[in-house]
Amino acid sequence: MLSIKNLHASIGDKEILKGINLEVKAGEIHAIMGPNGAGKSTLASIIAGNENYEVTEGAISLDGEDLSELAPEERAHKGVFLSFQYPVEIPGVSVTNFIRTAINETRKANGQEEMHANEMLKVIREKSELLEIDRKFLSRSLNEGFSGGEKKRNEIFQMAMLEPKLAILDETDSGLDIDALRIVANGVNKLKSDKNAIVVITHYQRLLDYIVPDFVHVLLNGKIVKSGDASLALELEEKGYDWIKQEQEA
Amino acid sequence: MSKYTEDDLKIELETKEYEYGFYTELESDTFPIGLNEDIVRAISLRKEEPQWMTDWRIDAFRAWQEMIEPEWANVHYTKPDFQAISYYSAPKAVDPNKTLDDVDPELLEMYKKLGISVDEQKMMNNVAMDIVVDSVSVATTFKKTLGEKGIIFMSISEAIKEHPELVRKYLGTVVPQKDNFYAALNSAVFSDGSFCYIPKGVRCPMELSTYFRINQAGTGQFERTLLIADEGSYVSYLEGCTAPSRDENQLHAAVVELIALDNAEIKYSTVQNWYPGNKEGKGGVFNFVTKRGICEKNAKISWTQVETGSAVTWKYPSVILKGDNSVGEFYSIAVTNNFQQADTGTKMIHLGKNTKSTIISKGISAGQSQNSYRGLVRISPNADNARNFSQCDSLLMGNNCGAHTFPYIESKNPSAKIEHEATTSKIGEDQVFYCNQRGIPTEKAIALIVNGFSKDVLNKLPMEFAVEAQKLLEISLEGSVG
Repeated sequence: MLSIKNLHASIGDKEILKGINLEVKAGEIHAIMGPNGAGKSTLASIIAGNENYEVTEGAISLDGEDLSELAPEERAHKGVFLSFQYPVEIPGVSVTNFIRTAINETRKANGQEEMHANEMLKVIREKSELLEIDRKFLSRSLNEGFSGGEKKRNEIFQMAMLEPKLAILDETDSGLDIDALRIVANGVNKLKSDKNAIVVITHYQRLLDYIVPDFVHVLLNGKIVKSGDASLALELEEKGYDWIKQEQEA
Repeated sequence: MSKYTEDDLKIELETKEYEYGFYTELESDTFPIGLNEDIVRAISLRKEEPQWMTDWRIDAFRAWQEMIEPEWANVHYTKPDFQAISYYSAPKAVDPNKTLDDVDPELLEMYKKLGISVDEQKMMNNVAMDIVVDSVSVATTFKKTLGEKGIIFMSISEAIKEHPELVRKYLGTVVPQKDNFYAALNSAVFSDGSFCYIPKGVRCPMELSTYFRINQAGTGQFERTLLIADEGSYVSYLEGCTAPSRDENQLHAAVVELIALDNAEIKYSTVQNWYPGNKEGKGGVFNFVTKRGICEKNAKISWTQVETGSAVTWKYPSVILKGDNSVGEFYSIAVTNNFQQADTGTKMIHLGKNTKSTIISKGISAGQSQNSYRGLVRISPNADNARNFSQCDSLLMGNNCGAHTFPYIESKNPSAKIEHEATTSKIGEDQVFYCNQRGIPTEKAIALIVNGFSKDVLNKLPMEFAVEAQKLLEISLEGSVG
């Protein structure tokens, strides 16, 4: 589904990604781990189409289609979803209004009719129950005054509403207490199917106890330096990233 | 009202700069340019006014001659040459007593272009409407329905003839002839406008509405609105404005006076969309307006305005809280783009005890524009327990525009409670990217963010106006994100 080949990217003069290769198939969960500053969030932003970064080499494709010329919203319309590490606030725009706009813009781009209001309400009810979201929450301004946990839960709620093909969860576990983490992870697991794929970005093993990855990749200094199965995450938890660094240097 | 879809917006954005920039070929009766006492007399004569009205105008004119144009506002423009303007232009052959069927078909066509098909307005929105083109009021709908309740809603010219006692009693009591330069000019040469009187205890059953339009080249528009809500009555009044796109600056100097007697309530909403000038800042309307209301005991006046048009705006809808327990409110959205300049705000003058005022101002600046909020809250020595809450938020788009806030507070009573909050923010790339990532294109994202920012004020508008206002916000800011 997602295919990244020899991806190099920089911001200004600084090269951040130095040749990433990654293949994600439908039905798979991949975890990308690595220390701060390794380029994890940059990778997520670039897949989503953030124009602050310049792709200098390599290619990203989704289901065989090259994404490089597509605007962020066009990528979204094709089913790319990014759960932000730091979701932004939009004062005066309710969660409901925002998600309705997002869904209808996506449907419009895909030649579908707008979702009927009744259906919208029904889906909103289902998905908010799935994530144990209080209905009052939905009429609040998007992310304004939300706690860290509420912001992340809201991101996953939007994911549930948009039903993306490829979801990238960037540090979704940060800011979550253990109960919220369980709820969010449960939600993600329920949304999982053999038609979609999930890329989880984290630097702790903790989230992976709940969302069990099929593959774990270690991102270090702009490159994927090691890949393995779920046991790699446990090994990292035990030995720390220095172990990999040393292995690299050796 | 049919649903306005994103597709409609897209088409609008692609095709239009200023939608209302058409000019209608109407046979007009236009005075020669220039201003002197003879012109003032001629206007009065043409309108078959009584002597007291003529004298009133002459008084104003003489005062105006002694006055100088104010320069304290944070706006820069070439002052109009008041001798180069024609002070009276009327679509020919207008008989104030005729029905809509008799209205010049070209005029009706113009209403259609304005999106205000009169019939439709009548049928669907339950809005009684007075339409002022250039200087003359051409159609007042719904007069009969209102008449049954004793409500008087007509052009001010008619009112001077039919209800001289009311006009004479109240005209100039809130905005005196000599109040300021433009008010004096207006008092001398005003050619039409709307008059409204709601009798004691009557709740006006529909929104009253006036639509103003400048059509003829080289003319100024000086309309005068006088609205009196007698004791215990209620009225909601809407006002909309457009003008054709022209290279030269057109002058609009209106005066609006509101009188809310004991226990009365007036809601006054404006969507101002005068031609703002082109992208290089050429042309556009100079909008120099004096709007003021007075509240007697327990009365309430709310001003709500959405200001998206005009090259230069100078406007401070104010409330004099004379009666005890009276309430004044000011809700404003002012949008400036390209080279527009706006200096707008309000004055809340607390005279009575337990008076309360609320000011919510949302300024949105884009392009090279300058947007200023200027407000005065004055608590007089007798105004015990007066309260004011002010909130002024500015939203900036891009790096070349400016937002300014000039709040003045004068409190002469120690029991006063005055709160002022102000914020300035910028539409962030990160907000736009976030929306993009959810599938929302940039134009739509901006509209969403701006509407969210303006929500507190949009919520105060009557429903059908709110839809139009939202559309206007989106259109006014088209292409303003770089």
